[in-house]
This record gives sequence, structure tokens and C-alpha cells, in this order.
Amino acid sequence: MAASSTVKSARKSLIWLLVIIFGLAGLIGFGSTTDENASFTPKLALDLQGGTQIILSPLLLDGQAVTTEQLDQAVSIIRQRVDASGVSESQVTTQGDTNIIVSIPGIPDENTLALIKASAKLEFRPVLVTSAGTPTAEVDGAGNSDPDATESPAPEETPAAEEPTVSPTDASDLNWITPEIQKEFDDLDCASVFREPGQIDDPAVPLVTCDVNGFTKFILGPVEVDGANISDASNGTVTSSTGASTNTWAVNLEFDEIGTEGFSTVTQRLFPLEQPRNQFAITLDGFVITAPTTQAVITNGSAQITGSFDRDSSKVLADQLKYGSLPIGFEVQSQENISATLGQDQLTSGLLAGLIGLILVVIYSAFQYRGLAIVTIGSLLVAAVLVYLLIAFLSWRQGYRLSMAGVAGLIVAIGITVDSFIVYFERVRDEIREGRNLEVAVENAWKRSIRTILASDAVSFTAAATLFLLTVGNVRGFAFTLGLTTIVDLIVVLLFTHPLLRLLARTKFFSSGHPWSGFDSKALKASGYVGRGQFRVAPTLSQGKALKVSKEAATRQTIAERKAQAALEEADKSGGN
Amino acid sequence: MSKFKELGNDLYSGRVSIDIVGRRKLWYAIAIVLVIIAIVAPVARGGFNFGIEFRGGSEFRIDGVGDTSQQVARDAVQSVDPETQPIVTSVGVDSVRIQTEQLDDVTTEEIRIALASAYGVPSGSVTSSFIGANWGADVTSKAINGLIVFLLLVSVLMALYFRTFKMSIAALAALAHDVVITAGVYALTGFEVTPAAVIGLLTILGYSLYDTVVVFDKVRENTLGVEFSEDTTFASQVNLAVNQTLVRSVNTSVVAVLPVAAILFIGAALLGVGTLRDIALALFIGIIVGTYSSVFIAAPVYVHLRENEPRFKTKK
Repeated sequence: MAASSTVKSARKSLIWLLVIIFGLAGLIGFGSTTDENASFTPKLALDLQGGTQIILSPLLLDGQAVTTEQLDQAVSIIRQRVDASGVSESQVTTQGDTNIIVSIPGIPDENTLALIKASAKLEFRPVLVTSAGTPTAEVDGAGNSDPDATESPAPEETPAAEEPTVSPTDASDLNWITPEIQKEFDDLDCASVFREPGQIDDPAVPLVTCDVNGFTKFILGPVEVDGANISDASNGTVTSSTGASTNTWAVNLEFDEIGTEGFSTVTQRLFPLEQPRNQFAITLDGFVITAPTTQAVITNGSAQITGSFDRDSSKVLADQLKYGSLPIGFEVQSQENISATLGQDQLTSGLLAGLIGLILVVIYSAFQYRGLAIVTIGSLLVAAVLVYLLIAFLSWRQGYRLSMAGVAGLIVAIGITVDSFIVYFERVRDEIREGRNLEVAVENAWKRSIRTILASDAVSFTAAATLFLLTVGNVRGFAFTLGLTTIVDLIVVLLFTHPLLRLLARTKFFSSGHPWSGFDSKALKASGYVGRGQFRVAPTLSQGKALKVSKEAATRQTIAERKAQAALEEADKSGGN
Repeated sequence: MSKFKELGNDLYSGRVSIDIVGRRKLWYAIAIVLVIIAIVAPVARGGFNFGIEFRGGSEFRIDGVGDTSQQVARDAVQSVDPETQPIVTSVGVDSVRIQTEQLDDVTTEEIRIALASAYGVPSGSVTSSFIGANWGADVTSKAINGLIVFLLLVSVLMALYFRTFKMSIAALAALAHDVVITAGVYALTGFEVTPAAVIGLLTILGYSLYDTVVVFDKVRENTLGVEFSEDTTFASQVNLAVNQTLVRSVNTSVVAVLPVAAILFIGAALLGVGTLRDIALALFIGIIVGTYSSVFIAAPVYVHLRENEPRFKTKK
């Protein structure tokens, strides 16, 4: 009765394993028909496959120089941006005194280039005047702005030719518009190149500019909230008021304390104003990406930017904003293919060495565990298949690239994976030494070894997750591999090794304790048998004392442990009889 | 092999018992000596030999070559400075990029000429410049932050699981021992410290804790309720636990070390110097030391920390 349920649950686990394997393979197979990035061959990293070397040089205005600090800061920000787009172990470094070299695997598309080189300076400015993006003297929303130059005073700090009669009181004040600004606005043609690349605007004065598409031109007030006050950014689709997800992509922003306060003050002021002064322009590197109307006072420090985004471009902007703007803009000076630094021969010899190591492991485990080596080898094969599929899957979905260090990490993972089996097998042997028959021994040993396996894997996984979230570059790549193999280890032990051992324990070869089974009951009992049920106390205790101690110990156990203990003893009785 | 199995039986039953906990002063002494050697010897040798990924270096670029073979460049550079291990990459269709450690002006000029003649191009086609560290200070500081957070998290996790903070302390003591010794051996060999080596050290960090948790789980099980026992002490129960997991410890370390040893010895013979040798050496030492320390450092330290607690002391 109990036996058949064991078989059933073991079979169920094995079926789940097959579902996972074929599910993954199916996903990749299906993906490869629709998405060119999906493939059963994992993508390789720079060191093994080569890629593209992009040399960036700073965009400098006349007389401007780039400092070492600026360059280092730019390298750090670019590295984080590149990392955010996947686990590709790209290389970012400085060259000479002014250039930055970015080496990435594969060929970068336009979004990737934008991600790397755009300075991504985000600013929030109130809209003062808007009009169509062609040179015109007419002003959209006439009456809101005052085109009469003589009555429009300039800000206090920068006296214009005409003396200001009133100083602007806040950033939405139309008194910011001086005759010069009005003329600049009137003459502006959005179709022309009107901004110098890398131009840096004074945040304290108004800005005359266009939207990114060149349809509309703006006079904007001074900067109210700076992109530096963004604490987090992500992309996603806009949710409608009914909670349904729409097809519009947006960038969601979280502000820090200063940003939240600034944003709240501004929305309070803009909300009662009339068109277009209730609009809030969000500029990226000097161009307006969106200028939404203030529909509410926002005090919670979150904002959403919509514009003409798709999934990729919203992700690029979110990644840029998250890691801050570059201190200077860059242009691509050259973009060339680079070869692998380690040749195919190195990968082949590395894999060969790994294979030899694996064979040694198999020989050793056959030596140690005899027939049980079948379980070890089977489990390792399953683990290898799972790791391979997961890597192929993640190199498709997450941009994971396998580097030489990654290969070495995977080879080391063999040891940690096999350790789970060793912990388990040794527990089974201990149970047999206690005098239990194999089927019961397997069940008992499992309950205790899974605790150990879970605890130790939790440590490994914590290491992987922490390092993945908090670090950059190679360390992040390492953390990814570690996390991956830890999860695979758990899946294999839970869904393959344990069920297989349960089924094998029912075969005559193993349950009779055949000398070649690895559970040779004679050899195991030969010296160690002292009576059952005493695994918590020193075997030197007499039966009576042991019972007493184990009862007292029971009072210190958790309820779950006590229940498990009772179940163990129950199983022990039925197994022994 | 049946001998080994019998030993396993005897260790399990307590018939054969290696007095690990009792001889802890010896293990402490060994550990202290090894740690001091691991710290002093590299300093005496001039510290770690950091690679160009950490320090930056020189870069040569040769344009207009017909054959972009990497070996030509390696030979040319080593004909001038045999110690240098250049990283050679072909760029575009007809260019080669060579990165070396920081060289002085004279050597740079010599290598420039050597490269030009090796590739059969005029020396004007070989340009040189400085490149910055690819593994910069920002990467290191982020990695250190990550490590501190990880160690705190794991300490709390272990304290919650084992219901005592003293196991976390003992595990961290063993961890420090492993990392210092592994780094020391690495420095002693004079191998260049590459990102791969650092990754290897991080792997050891994870492995050392992993292994200690496995041993401590058995310790936890054996010491459960030991204060009520009349004729066994806390120390002897820990010692029994360590003995009972000894077979597992040996098996695990052998299995973990075999593939690494294959890379280190067979791989190095096939590959010469490369990423794999750096990482394999760190791992080879680390796995052995990591397994050793779980048994000989972590468990004795744990006993040390706990056996003087009143509840373990009152009896006998």
C-alpha cells in the first residue's frame, strides 16, 4: 500500500523532470522559429567568440577638456548600463586620456549604441510657450504668452538690453521670456540642426528647443527637477484605469526625497494653470521627449513617461536613467569587429580537461559507491542537460554569454552537485548501519539529508543572488553561473536522484544489499550495528539511557521535528517487521 | 575499498574516533602558522602580481597586416620581454591589437619595432597607447560591498537555521582561514592575479561556507539535547558528528577536486597559460583548504565558543 504510493510519487517526480526538460527545449525550439536570437547553441562571450570594439570619444565644446574623474565616472556608468542589458561580461575601459573603449560580444544595434553613448541628461522644465516646429512669429495659445518684447523683462541676473520691470517669481513665470529668447524661439526650425552635439544647457535659465520628432517647439522655464534625483527607473506597459494592460510602453520613475519634494511643489503650482503652462516638459539631452498636462498633484514621488516608446527604447531609457547621466556626451569614433582572445582550441582543450575530470569523478564514484554510481552518473547527465538548456534559454532571454571563466565555474559545479548525492548516500548508509532495510533507510535518509542540502544550497544561492544584484562586470557573470548551478542541483536531487533511488531501492539487486550495490548490508553492519533508533545519541549509551535522552531531547525539538521523528519511528517499525 | 567502508562504519559507531575537537590547540597553531605564512610570504615577495585588467597597461595596434595570426604577435612581444603575457586580438579585417602590462618607453619602442618586423609592416603602422583598467576601482568597490552584504545575510541565515549565532562566527572564522591561505598560495606561485583568479576566490568563499553548513548540520543533529545527557559532553558529541561526516568530507573533496585538478594539470599542459590555469589553481587550493577547515577549524571553534555555556557545564 505504502509501497505503491512511493512508486507513484517517484514516478510523478520523474515526469515533472521530463516536463521541465521538454518544456525548456520546446520553448527554445519554438522561440528559434520566431526569434533569431533563440537557438539551441548558447552564445559565447567576448573571450571565446570576439565581438565588437567601440571607441567612444567625448563631444567637447571649444576649450572644454575632459578630466580623469569625468572619464572614470563615465566608464562606471556605461558599465552599469551595459550590464543592465544582460549578463554579457562586456569590457569597458579608458584609452589614452580621452577615449573610452567598449567591447561587447556580437554586433550592437542602434539601441545598444544609444545606451552606451547618450549622456542621458534628464530634466523636468515647465512649458512656457509651444508652437508648431517651423519658424514663425505666431505663438500657439496666444494670450498665454506675451510676445511684446518691451513688456517682457529678463531675469534679474542677466539684464537684457531692455531693463526688466518685473523679475520672474517662479519657473512658470512668463517674465522669463526676453526679446532674445522670443526671437530664438521664432526663428527656430526643428528640421534644422540647432543644437551642438554634447551641448550642456544652463539649468537656471529658460531653454528653447524642440520635441524629439521635430513637430513642436517649446520655450521652457528653468529646470525644476533634475534627473539626478531619480532613484529608480523601469519600463513597462501602461495600465488603463480598469487595470487592463495596454500596448503603450512607458518608463516609470521613482524619485528620491529631493526629487519627490520638487515634483510635488511643481505639480501643485502647474495644476491650476491654463494651457500650455500646465504642461510639464521632460527633456532628454536637450530635446523634449514628452510634455504631459498636469492632471493631478503628484506627492508620492513616482512618475510615468510615455512617448513614442516601444519595448526596447523604453528599456534603454530606463537603464540610462537608472544609472545616471554621463558627465559628457560621447560619439562613436570607430566600431570594429574583434576576434576572440582565447581561440576555439582553448575552449576545446578546456572542455576536454573538464571531460577527463568528469571521467575521473565517475571512476571514483564507481569505486566508492559501486552500483550506485549509475545514480551519480545519471544525475550528472541530467544536470548537464538542464544546465545546457538553461544556458541556451538564458542567452536568448537574458543575453547571457558563456565565458571561459563561466566554463570553469560549470566544471567546478560538478563537485557541488555530486556533493548532494554524497550527503544523501552517506545518510542512507548510516541508516543501514542502524539496521534498517534499504527502502526505509532511503526514506529516512532523505528526510534528513534534504534539510542539509536545502540549508547548504540556500547559502550558495544567497551568495549568488547578493553578488548578482550588487556587483558589476565579471563578478556578476560569476554570480549568475553559481545561482544557475545551485538551482539545477536542487532540481536534480529533488526530481531525479531521490525518485530514482526510491525506485532502485525496490529492486532485488539493491534491496538485498548485494556487495556491488553500494549498500552492502553485511559490510555496513559488520562493525557498527548497535541497535536502531539511536542516531541522535552517542552509540556508547545503553538502550535505556538512550531512550531517556532522546525523550528529553524531544522536548527541545520543534513541532515539525517531533512529527518527523514520530514518522521515522513509525516507518522504522513497519520497515523492520 | 572495503577498508574505507569499514572505516566509515567505525567512524559512525564511534569505535574509531579521531580526536579532532580535543586537539584543537594543535589545529589552531597550524592555522595560525599557515595564515601568518600566507600573509607574510607574499609581502616579502613583493605583494600580488596584478594583471592589466586591474592596473591598465600598454596597447599596440598594427594596421594593414596581411596575416592577423595571434601567435606572431605573442612571439614578437616575448622576444623582447619573455615575462610578458600579451592579450592578442585581431580587429576588423587587417589589424591586430596587443595588450600588455604597463611597459617603459624603451621596451615599448623595442616591441613596436619587433611587431613591425614580425608582421612585415613599416613601424609607422604600429601605434601604441595606454589603456585603463578594465576591472576598475568601481568594480572592486561594488564587489566588496556585495561581499559584505552577502556575509551579513549568510550569518543571519545560518543563525536562524541553526538557532545559534555561534555557528555563524565559527563558519566565518573558517572562511577567513580559507580565503587568506588560498590567496597566500596564489601570491606565492607568482601567478598573475586576473579577474578569473578573483572569481576563483569568490567560488571558494561560497564553497567553504557550503561545506561548513553540511558539517554543522550533522553537529546540530548530534548536539540536540546533549545537555540532558548524563555521560556525553558537548565536545564529544561535536567530535562524533565530525567523525561521522568525515567519509562524506573526503568523498566530496575528492570529487570536487578531480575536475579542477584535471584542468590545472592536464589543461595547463595542453593550453599553457590561460584563464583556466588562474581559476583552477585558486579552486584547487581552496577546495582542499575549505574542506579541511570545516572539520578542523569550524567545529573546534564552535565547541570553544559553546562548551563553557552554563547549560553544558553543569553536568559532571
